[in-house]
Amino acid sequence: MSALQAPPVPLSRRVLPYAMLSPAVLVTLAIVFLPMIQAVWMSLHDYVLFRPRVFDFVWFKNFQTALADPVFWISLRHTVIWIAITVPAQMLLGLATALLLNQEFPWRGLARALVIIPWALPSVVIALMWVWIYDSNYGVLNDLLLRMNLITASVPWLANPDTALYAIILTLTWQGFPFFAVMILAGLQGIPKSYYEAAAIDGASNFRQFWHITLPGLAGVLMTATLLRIIWVANSIDVIFVMTGGGPGYSTYTLPLYAFINARTGLNYGYGSALAVSFTLVLLGFVILYLRRAGRNIG
Amino acid sequence: MMVRNRSVVRRILTVDLPVLLILCFTLSPYLWMALTSVTEKSKLFTEGPSLARATLENYSRLFSTVGFGRNLLDSFIVAGGTMVVGLALAVPAAYAFSRFRFRGRRLLMLQFLLINMFPLVLLILPLFILMRSLGLVDTYLALIIANSTVAIPFSVWMMTSYIDNIPRSLDEAAMTDGCTRFGALFRVVLPLCTPGIIATGVYIFITAWNEYLYALTLGGRSVKTITVAIQTLIGEYQIEWGLLTAGGIVGAMPATLLFLFVQKRLIAGMTQGAVKG
Repeated sequence: MSALQAPPVPLSRRVLPYAMLSPAVLVTLAIVFLPMIQAVWMSLHDYVLFRPRVFDFVWFKNFQTALADPVFWISLRHTVIWIAITVPAQMLLGLATALLLNQEFPWRGLARALVIIPWALPSVVIALMWVWIYDSNYGVLNDLLLRMNLITASVPWLANPDTALYAIILTLTWQGFPFFAVMILAGLQGIPKSYYEAAAIDGASNFRQFWHITLPGLAGVLMTATLLRIIWVANSIDVIFVMTGGGPGYSTYTLPLYAFINARTGLNYGYGSALAVSFTLVLLGFVILYLRRAGRNIG
Repeated sequence: MMVRNRSVVRRILTVDLPVLLILCFTLSPYLWMALTSVTEKSKLFTEGPSLARATLENYSRLFSTVGFGRNLLDSFIVAGGTMVVGLALAVPAAYAFSRFRFRGRRLLMLQFLLINMFPLVLLILPLFILMRSLGLVDTYLALIIANSTVAIPFSVWMMTSYIDNIPRSLDEAAMTDGCTRFGALFRVVLPLCTPGIIATGVYIFITAWNEYLYALTLGGRSVKTITVAIQTLIGEYQIEWGLLTAGGIVGAMPATLLFLFVQKRLIAGMTQGAVKG
């Protein structure tokens, strides 16, 4: 009967991959999945750090509190605005950059290397330099706009509740568009040149070539990069935290920032965890979409 | 000749100039920071940043009075430690993913991808509680563990894509020639993917160096990384922009230089997965 079967794989060979994987898997279980379960567990309790004795199971009370909390809704609204402007802005700027960097010109290599610099900078440094640019007294942005007569008086960009969120969105766009540019550039190089040659022979204009060859060819990369970016931009709170700390008032609160500040300054870890869990649930749809796309490529 | 000239002019107008504009947008905040950092304190608020009579005074103050050297060392230990932990765990895991087909492979790979997508806030709160109960708050170990939550999954994926690019036939040939599997791993696969290992290591180093929220939450008096130190500067020396920007330049320098050094290979590794998608 064994003649019909493939030769048995020796036990050592069957165990080996698991043995090689186990350190990485066990460590991530211990430092990622366990704490995560703990976060969910904390979210179902009354848990304030300065009253360490109290750890009462309260079911979904923290979540009910969140739904009735106006700051929760304000933060959720900002999160939506934040993603809805930042990600498309990064994508369009990234697409334009990638199309340009895909052309032939003498200093292309240098330009490609320089354009990604913002992406390698620490977010604290990014926050610092943009706070300096936006400074209401000596900032270069006010200076330039005043000289061009576009504004008549200095604007306190980060201290004004109407402009603060958009000022930070510009900073995030600046930080993130090189990532799109690099991804799209790689995607462009995957489109066969012969398609364009054939289209040119058929007399297709540049625009039609872009519309019928380039964009469809990039669809996969654009989709993947956008999903990744939505998740990252939604998660990134360090730039906002350093630039405004959520202020003035609540005008630059996003949901994860609210959760972080709640736990950090209010020491309310029960409610903070509940906010973090709610935010994760909001984000989950995008995460699943991304995992399904990535899962298809695992051979 | 005429035609060629005209096409060059056209290229400059439609390609070179727009690229220059985009580079202006990307680089000017950085250059403005650099310029501010070398401007004399007395001149900064009267004449604005300028290169005339440039001074390095801000930089020397950074190290003599503020004590930035100590923070640089802390950042270096944390980022270096994370790099070692990340690579030590990721390389064997990536080899298993690349060279074996086994039950649960897909699920385990997706598991590592999933970790990267989790919001940091969801992790930072329980990690703080955990470190506090273990008495690890304000130690290097706490920061290395926290940074590893990001570094391990990412480097597993990156290393898998690098090892996938080394033809299987090479290690199979070594094994038929009498090498054991580990012999093939150490003598064939690892040497061939050294550039990939370096790129992954540098990437881990950069992200750990740049990390801020974990360092703020889990660090303290004895372990204070450069990013936290810069943030503290903003609070303490509110309007001393010369000093602040000098701090920014010093803090960004190691990561930027390392990045420029490996960027080609790094980008190849990172974009591969996405382009296939």
